[in-house]
Amino acid sequence: MTPRTSRRVGLRGAAVLAALTAAAWLPTPAEAGKANDTLNIAWDRELPNADYYFNNSREGIVVNRMIWDNLIYRDPNTGEFKGLLAESFEIVDDTTFEFKLRKGVTFHNGEEFDAGDVVATINFLLKPDTGKLAQQGVDWIKGAEAIDDYTVRIYAIEPNPLALLYLAGDVPIYPEKYYAEVGPSGMGQAPVGTGPYKVEKLVPGKEIVFKANENYYAGSPKGQPAIGTIHQRTIPDVNTQIVELTSGKLDWIWKVPPDQAEKLATLPSLNVVSAGTMRVGYLTFDVTGKSGDNPFQDVRVRKAVSHAIDRKAIVDNIVRGASEVIHSACFPEQFGCTQDVTQYEYDPEKAKALLAEAGYPDGFRTEFYAYRNRDYLEPMLGFLQQVGIETDLRFGKYAATRDAIRSGNVPLAFMTWGSGSVPDVDAIAPVFFGGGPDDLAQDPEVHEALKKGGGTVDRDVRLAAYDKALNKIAAEAYWLPLWTFNTNYAMSQDVDWTPTADEIPRFFLADWK
Amino acid sequence: MLVYTAKRLLLAILVSLTVSALVFSLLYLSGDPATALAGERANEADIQAIKAAYGFDQPVYVQYFKWLGGAVQGEFGQSVYFRMPVIDLIVERLPVTMMLGVSAMIFALVLAIPLGVLAAMYQNSLIDRAALLLAVVGQAMPSFWFALMLIVVFAYWVPILPASGSDSWEHFVLPTIVLGYYATPAFMRLTRTGLLDVLSSDYVRTARAKGLSPAMVLFKHALRNAIIPVVSLAAVQFGFMLTGSIIIETVFALHGAGFLAWESISRSDFPTVQAVLLLFSWFYIILTFLADLLNAWLNPRIRVA
Repeated sequence: MTPRTSRRVGLRGAAVLAALTAAAWLPTPAEAGKANDTLNIAWDRELPNADYYFNNSREGIVVNRMIWDNLIYRDPNTGEFKGLLAESFEIVDDTTFEFKLRKGVTFHNGEEFDAGDVVATINFLLKPDTGKLAQQGVDWIKGAEAIDDYTVRIYAIEPNPLALLYLAGDVPIYPEKYYAEVGPSGMGQAPVGTGPYKVEKLVPGKEIVFKANENYYAGSPKGQPAIGTIHQRTIPDVNTQIVELTSGKLDWIWKVPPDQAEKLATLPSLNVVSAGTMRVGYLTFDVTGKSGDNPFQDVRVRKAVSHAIDRKAIVDNIVRGASEVIHSACFPEQFGCTQDVTQYEYDPEKAKALLAEAGYPDGFRTEFYAYRNRDYLEPMLGFLQQVGIETDLRFGKYAATRDAIRSGNVPLAFMTWGSGSVPDVDAIAPVFFGGGPDDLAQDPEVHEALKKGGGTVDRDVRLAAYDKALNKIAAEAYWLPLWTFNTNYAMSQDVDWTPTADEIPRFFLADWK
Repeated sequence: MLVYTAKRLLLAILVSLTVSALVFSLLYLSGDPATALAGERANEADIQAIKAAYGFDQPVYVQYFKWLGGAVQGEFGQSVYFRMPVIDLIVERLPVTMMLGVSAMIFALVLAIPLGVLAAMYQNSLIDRAALLLAVVGQAMPSFWFALMLIVVFAYWVPILPASGSDSWEHFVLPTIVLGYYATPAFMRLTRTGLLDVLSSDYVRTARAKGLSPAMVLFKHALRNAIIPVVSLAAVQFGFMLTGSIIIETVFALHGAGFLAWESISRSDFPTVQAVLLLFSWFYIILTFLADLLNAWLNPRIRVA
C-alpha cells in the first residue's frame, strides 16, 4: 500500500468502521465460509500472471505454493528441509544436488511427473531471452541432468548456501508437455501443477477458484488440503474488504492498516492477528560521496542521525503490530543476522554533540529520498529537525528512487527490503554491501566477509563471516537499520490458520475450527 | 461549417498527438521501466535482460514512434503484467466501464432534468433551494466517500445490494448512483438556467398569450430549446465519467477499464497504462469534438468565432 493510499484509507476507514461498529454485534450471516466448505479470501491487487516465473508479486508466491510443488519443502516453523516432489535428496558435493523423485505423482491435467519435467523446467529457466522476471532464485544453477526417470541432479555454478532455499521456494516444477504446448501465456490462464490445490476457474485479475486436489499424493509435507474450495477475489479497497468480511461474505483478508486492525479486533466474530514480515526499513547514507561532498561521509554525522531518531517511539505509536526495532542490517530471524552489534539509542543531545564535533554545530540541510510510508517518514523528519538537520523531501516511485541511489544522486534515503522472504543474510547484506550498484559504502573489508559467507555451505564459517560484516556495518553506521514491518490479518473466527514470519499465507495448512 | 469542422478536427489531432507524447513520456517519468518491472530483488543483469526483452534499450524516439504506429492500428503491445495483448485486455474490460458510464449518465439525466425543471418553474421557492442543496452536496462530497457510505448502508446495514464485483446488474446499482450523482448538479443547474432564460423569452410569452396550456408551453416550446446545451454537456460529461470510473471501479471492485488503469499504474504495467490513458484521452477528445460540432450546428455564431 502506498503512503498516499494508506493515509486516505485511514481517514475513510475510521468512518467506515464507526458505521460498521453500530451493527457489529449483529450475528454474522453464514452466507459463505464454513457452511459450504469455501474459504473466501480477498487481496487488494490483481495477480499479475498465474505463471510464477512471470510475476514478482507476493500474491504470486502465495498462489505458487498452492498450485505447484517444488522438489523440496522448507518447514516454515522449524526451517527443516523435507522432500516434496523428491522423496529424498542428497548433497553430493558443494555444487551437486541429487534428488530421488516420487513415483506415481500426476499433474492436475493427468500428465505423469518424472525427471523430464524437472530438467525441462530448469532448462526453461536457464534460457536467457524468455522475458521471465526476477532470476535471483535460479541464476545460480548451471544445469540439470536426468540420471534415470526418477533421479535428477542439479548442478550449481559455484557453492551457494541458499541453493536449498531457492529450490524450496523459487523453482516450482512445471509439466513438460503442457508447458511446451501452451507456454507462459497458457499457463497464466490455466495453471497446471502437482500442488494441493488445482485451479477450477481463473478470471485474470478478478478471481481464482481453487479446488482441493483429491489426488494429492500421500506423504507430502504440505499435508492433504483440508478446505474443499478456496475462492480468491480481488477487492482493491480495504474498506470494501472490511465490509465484506464483517458481513460474512469474506473469511480472510490481510494487509489491514493498524488502526483498523485494532478496531476489527473488538468484533466478536473476527480474529485479528499481526505477524512480522521479512521486510525491514533502513536509512542509507552516501558514505563515499557519490552524490558530491556531503556531511554523511563523516561517520560522526551518520552516528548523529542514528542517535537522533527515536525508532522505538515510531514503532510503538505508528508502525505498531508485530514490528520491532532492529540494530543490524538484516531481518533478525534470518540465518546469520546477529543483533549483537553497535546499537544507537535515542539520544538527541549526543546527536547534537556529534554534529558539533563534525563541524555542524548549527546542523545542515540535505535532500532526503523516500518512496513509501509517508506516515513513518514524517516523524523521522521531525526528529532530524530537532537536532538541526533540515530536509528537502524527494518522494517518488520505487524504481525512480532506486535509480537515483544507483546513479549517485542521493545523500540520504529511507528504503526497505523484503529479502524475497529468503531467511538468510545472504539475501540482503550482499545486495547493499557486496560491491554492487546499491552499495554506497564500498568497504573492502565488508565485501570480503560477505563473499566468504556466501561462498561456502559451512555454517560456522558463514556465521563468523556475517558477524564480522554486520559488526563493521553497524560500527561505521553505513546504515541506520530501523524496524521490521508487519502485516495484519483479519479472519472469521471459523478459520483455523496461523501466519508465518515470511508473509506467505499457506492456505493448504488452513482448516475450519 | 466545413471550415470550422476541419479546424476542430486538426485541433483534435494535434491534441491527440500531444497527449500521446505525454502518455508515452510517463513511462520514463517514474524511473527506469526495466527496474520497476524487474522488482526489488532483481540484480543488474536481470534489469539488462528485461531491457533487451522489452525493447527498453532502444532510443526513446524509436520506442515512441513504434508505439504510436502500433497504437493507431489498435496494437498496444503485450501487457507485462497479464502476459496478454493489451488490446484484448481492454476489449475484455471496456464493456463494464461503458455500461457503468451509460447507466450513470441515464441516472444523472433522469434525476437532473426534472429537478432542473422544477427549480426553474418554482424559482426561489423551497423546491429551488432543495435542488440547489442537492447540487452543492453532489459537487462537494468526494465520490469515494459517498461510495463507502452507500456500501455501509446497502451492503451491511440493510444488505440488499452487493458491495463488490461485477457479475450481475445488482452490482452496478450502487456504482451507478455514485458516478451519476456526481454529474447531476451540472446538468441540473444548466437545465434550470436554460429554462429560466427561455421562459422569459418573447416566443414563450407569445405562446402563453395564445392561450396554450402551461404544460404545452413548458414541454413543447421551452424545454426543447433549454435542453440543447445539456445535450452537448452530456457528451463532455461522459468523458469525465469514464475517467471518474477509475475511483468508483476501485471502490466497488468492478473489473472495468478504470480498475485496469489503477491496477496497471500501481504495478508498473507500462503498455497497459499507456493504452488505457490514450484511449480515455481519445474518448474525451472525440466527445469534445462532437460537442463542438453540435454546438456550432445549433448556434451558427460559434462557427465564425
